[in-house]
Amino acid sequence: MAIVAIESLCKVYQLGTLELRVLRDLDLSIEQGEYVAIMGPSGSGKSTLLNVIGCLDRPTSGRYRLGGQDVSLLDDDQLSLIRGARIGFVFQSFNLIEQLNVIENIEVPMYYQGLSEGQSAERAKELAEMVGLGDRIAHRPSELSGGQQQRVAIARALANDPLIILADEPTGNLDSESGTEILRILIDLRKQGKTLIVVTHDEGIAANAGRVVELFDGRIKRQHYNRDRER
Amino acid sequence: MRWSTAKRTIKLGIKSLWMHRLRSALTTLGIVFGVASVIAMLAIGEGASQEAQDLIARLGSRNLIVETVEPPEERAGTSETERQMRSYGLTYKDAESIRNSLPDVEVVVPIREIDQEARYSNRKVAIKIVGTIPWYTEVSPIDVVRGRFLSSIDLHQQQSVCVVDEQLVNGLFGFDDPIGKDIRIRGNSFRVVGVAGMPPVGGKRGSNGGAAPAGRADTGATGSVYLPLSTAKSRFTELTASFSGGSQSIERVQLQKITVKVKSTEQVLPMRDILDTLLARLHKDKKDYRIVVPLELLYQAKRTQRIFSIVLGSIAAISLLVGGIGIMNIMLATVSERTREIGIRRALGARKRDIIMQFLSETILLTFAGGVLGIILGSLIPFFVEYFGHMPTVITPVSLILAFGISAAVGITFGLYPAYRAANMDPIESLRHE
Repeated sequence: MAIVAIESLCKVYQLGTLELRVLRDLDLSIEQGEYVAIMGPSGSGKSTLLNVIGCLDRPTSGRYRLGGQDVSLLDDDQLSLIRGARIGFVFQSFNLIEQLNVIENIEVPMYYQGLSEGQSAERAKELAEMVGLGDRIAHRPSELSGGQQQRVAIARALANDPLIILADEPTGNLDSESGTEILRILIDLRKQGKTLIVVTHDEGIAANAGRVVELFDGRIKRQHYNRDRER
Repeated sequence: MRWSTAKRTIKLGIKSLWMHRLRSALTTLGIVFGVASVIAMLAIGEGASQEAQDLIARLGSRNLIVETVEPPEERAGTSETERQMRSYGLTYKDAESIRNSLPDVEVVVPIREIDQEARYSNRKVAIKIVGTIPWYTEVSPIDVVRGRFLSSIDLHQQQSVCVVDEQLVNGLFGFDDPIGKDIRIRGNSFRVVGVAGMPPVGGKRGSNGGAAPAGRADTGATGSVYLPLSTAKSRFTELTASFSGGSQSIERVQLQKITVKVKSTEQVLPMRDILDTLLARLHKDKKDYRIVVPLELLYQAKRTQRIFSIVLGSIAAISLLVGGIGIMNIMLATVSERTREIGIRRALGARKRDIIMQFLSETILLTFAGGVLGIILGSLIPFFVEYFGHMPTVITPVSLILAFGISAAVGITFGLYPAYRAANMDPIESLRHE
């Protein structure tokens, strides 16, 4: 069964009298354990698609089922809970909360799911160790390098063991060395069976993905499966 | 579970506020001063009210006190007369007339006061003789702690008995039991039949309550001796001689005070006018008396207290309002500064109400801290008022609770709007915010 099932999705923004059709009649289905790269020029609707998949935005029309559940009809509170429980976000600009240290940042999604302090602290520590930051758990984001911050963000995305991980240009703000490192972590995650959806301009990421979806003008222009998908 | 969530929200709030220590501290100042002024206001008001109650307890709310005053117009102009005798003030006849001609009067107590010296064995102290009638206890708050007070028989038979107050017992008798002993005043012996005590009252006006007749200085009496009025009249002269500027003048005063007690407090003020009319006629418009109405003093105290409350209350309300607006202003700035954080939290699963709780708890923490500091400051202010302003103050627990409640209410009122603004931001927009 498809984890992400999108049928004839439309997203229209009303800018005064102007109607901006960002996504037009889009169909997309992503299976459990897939690693999908979404590519396309700016303005092609990549970010909007990611927001819809991430339940941050609601479709104007069409149907979106996440893990078999139709989320197009849920209210704000329910969407918030779904975001926290089933989706892990990784952003281009890391988006850590500056007044919190590494552990506390990783704990944020668990806090909103109502985990107790003891449980969430333990899990956060495990995750920090998993991304190689076990020795920096008390550091503030400002005391970490870009690559380290992005690793904290990945650990945070994994906190509630989500169905899918959404990454928006995860290497966009990083030097190539850190970028490679982040890429390696993503590949590791995929090997563990996580479902990854990455919006990127980076050909390197696209080359590692199992499937590349190219958007243009709110439609899927083409998509192809990489041959070395089962690598 | 709920409590641990609250604990974590509070911890997070403290962390965020601690990031901007100076800003948070300055923001709370408005609340600190607001709460402090509420507490100070209530303490001063309560102090004034208790003082008024003390006063009324001492003077009696149903009493009217007529006092002898020295008429001013006579002294000058007749200075060539070397020896003159002036007769003025309240008389036995006045007391008789009041008792006989006025209805609604419960008791009329004439009081004659004489400054004298009392001796017992080889000791000697200055005293004030209070010549009065047995019903004195009706109009004065004295308690007979031992023995008895003066009786009607004492009065009718001009007995040489007296009741002394505790102050005199200490000064004259030391450790001796005063009951049954004789004290000597100007060659006359008086047997002590009772000891009177004063209920504790604030202030130093406890023993003679402005009772010294005009023109005669407070002689620093160390106690009072109560005698039957008839005895006082027959044993002591009504004349007093005083020397001033080489000329001698002799004054004759029969009574220093007449206390009139009416049946209910509603009759006090009408009785004042009636008394004034009666005495004006008896004294042929000579202003050698004045009428003191304790109830009026109480009303006056209450009026003053009300003005005080209104003024201080307005200051407190305005500073709390300004403080609240200050907090709202800062919280709005904080919310827009932390737009991105709000977006992140929303993406990571925070519901609107979680965001509201986060920002509201920060505001409440600020006002809470302001409330605590305000209570500390507000509890200090009354001490200064008492020390420098010589006004009694009383801090009641109710005022502390009230001040605290007000600061919490200000926090919630002025914190809600910024919190709602934060919660209703579009998560996508917020995430894009730089």
